[in-house]
Amino acid sequence: MKKSVIQNSGFFLIFLSMLTTLFFLGTIIYFVVARGAEAISWSFLTQVPRNAMTEGGVAPVIVGTFYLTLGSMIFAVPLGLACAIYICEYSPKSFVVNLIRVSINNLAGVPSVVFGLFGLAVFVNFMGFGVSILSGSLTLGILALPLIISASQEALMAVPHSIREASLSLGASKWETIKRIVLPTALPGILTGVILSVGRVAGETAPILFTAAAFYKRGYPKSIFGEVMALPYHIYALMTEGTHPDQQRVIAYGCSLVLLILVLFISGFAILLRQRQRSWHG
Amino acid sequence: MDNKVKMQAKKVDFFYGKNQALKNINLDVYLNRVTAMIGPSGCGKSTFIRLFNRMNELVPHTSLRGRISLDGQDINDPSVDAVDIRRRIGMVFQKPNPFPKSIFENISYGLKVNGIKDKAFIEQKVEDSLKKAVIWDEVKDRLGDSALRLSGGQQQRLCIARCLAVETEVILFDEPCASLDPISTAKIEELILELKKDYSIVIVTHNMQQAARVSDYTGFFLLGELIEFGKTQDIFTAPKDKKTEAYITGRFG
Repeated sequence: MKKSVIQNSGFFLIFLSMLTTLFFLGTIIYFVVARGAEAISWSFLTQVPRNAMTEGGVAPVIVGTFYLTLGSMIFAVPLGLACAIYICEYSPKSFVVNLIRVSINNLAGVPSVVFGLFGLAVFVNFMGFGVSILSGSLTLGILALPLIISASQEALMAVPHSIREASLSLGASKWETIKRIVLPTALPGILTGVILSVGRVAGETAPILFTAAAFYKRGYPKSIFGEVMALPYHIYALMTEGTHPDQQRVIAYGCSLVLLILVLFISGFAILLRQRQRSWHG
Repeated sequence: MDNKVKMQAKKVDFFYGKNQALKNINLDVYLNRVTAMIGPSGCGKSTFIRLFNRMNELVPHTSLRGRISLDGQDINDPSVDAVDIRRRIGMVFQKPNPFPKSIFENISYGLKVNGIKDKAFIEQKVEDSLKKAVIWDEVKDRLGDSALRLSGGQQQRLCIARCLAVETEVILFDEPCASLDPISTAKIEELILELKKDYSIVIVTHNMQQAARVSDYTGFFLLGELIEFGKTQDIFTAPKDKKTEAYITGRFG
């Protein structure tokens, strides 16, 4: 066969793969938007569920997801960042540190339901937080930790050695160099990681299944020790249980659309940040 | 011309792991003079210059024997703070390495980490430093712009200004023109000649003409040894060692 024929068929296959991916992506968005749009209204976003979740809005559910996500980040961001700084900047390059690094990366591959069971065992039962926002946030936080650590690590390692040396050569201590030069330079990369993990955490169902989520709860969450409704689990509940599947399905698609927009919005913010970083370096 | 010794290296050996990179180096750096170090790649001249502000101790598995002093004081003495040494002995690197911050912040950074908070003082110091480094006129209208938008030559002069701001006494230039065009190189050389009035200068260079143009003293390094050290004029016109002669006449290197 001629080289050009091989090349062209190669290109064609790659192009076809791209189209297939695009097709599925487009279909998902189309379905969620088309079916969810009819449910979305101002009252849907601002009111509480009524009549056994067949009518009314999903405001407490959105608030629940917001609390869980925020809580997980309050826990995971400082811890993950500190961990990444230690690994990248302070730890000696040894076998043990490499082992830790590999373990963290592996942790990112653990199925989320395993994190859920862990949260049930440790936070809900052992620590006695019960099924609550606190337990759910901590569980989601642990799920997000490896993501945040590896994103932060990459961002820190991408900071050129030359500007660290420049800082040290001016009489800055190592800590000042990290605080004033390395972290600000790595910040957009770190934030991108944080925001992407927010997207991931907001959409997770399995980790909150046993640790935080309530099938139905009247009104808004009042304490971090209380159960809470959350978008992903709410979708699951609406589709699998209840007495009016037809009405519930519409609400479930509405929730899906809200979740999709939430995550898109968050990712969009990450992309914007990255762009800003690039423009500063140009 | 009476020369006062500013920095001194005595019987310096340096190791990367078990590899000896420098062998028994003795060299004086004089006050208000430019000392050049020349030699082929890998001869140890960059390693040597980085001992003067204790940058090599940041590289793991290295060890140093011998004594390096600043105004007679051993800079590696346990009682001496590396941070203080690095402030007093500034360094300009091979590739311009401004911080990804504004032009102003690049200069004020060194002042801030040295505990200066007085805004008016900082502003004055930034202006003075930029003027001394002959870049003020080019940047005075855009101090808030990213330093990374400057050209390579401008960035390098900014890095020099950054050193000057912290009231450094010695400036170490590690091949400062290696990545610059001839015009920028000429500007840096001119600046070095100007700066030696107030500072003691050490410059590592690949470029023999550059050493001849800017330096008062020259040391020739080969395979980790200082082959010859003396007045630049003598080194370039009447080298004592055959290897020096071979190098400066371009027979190897």
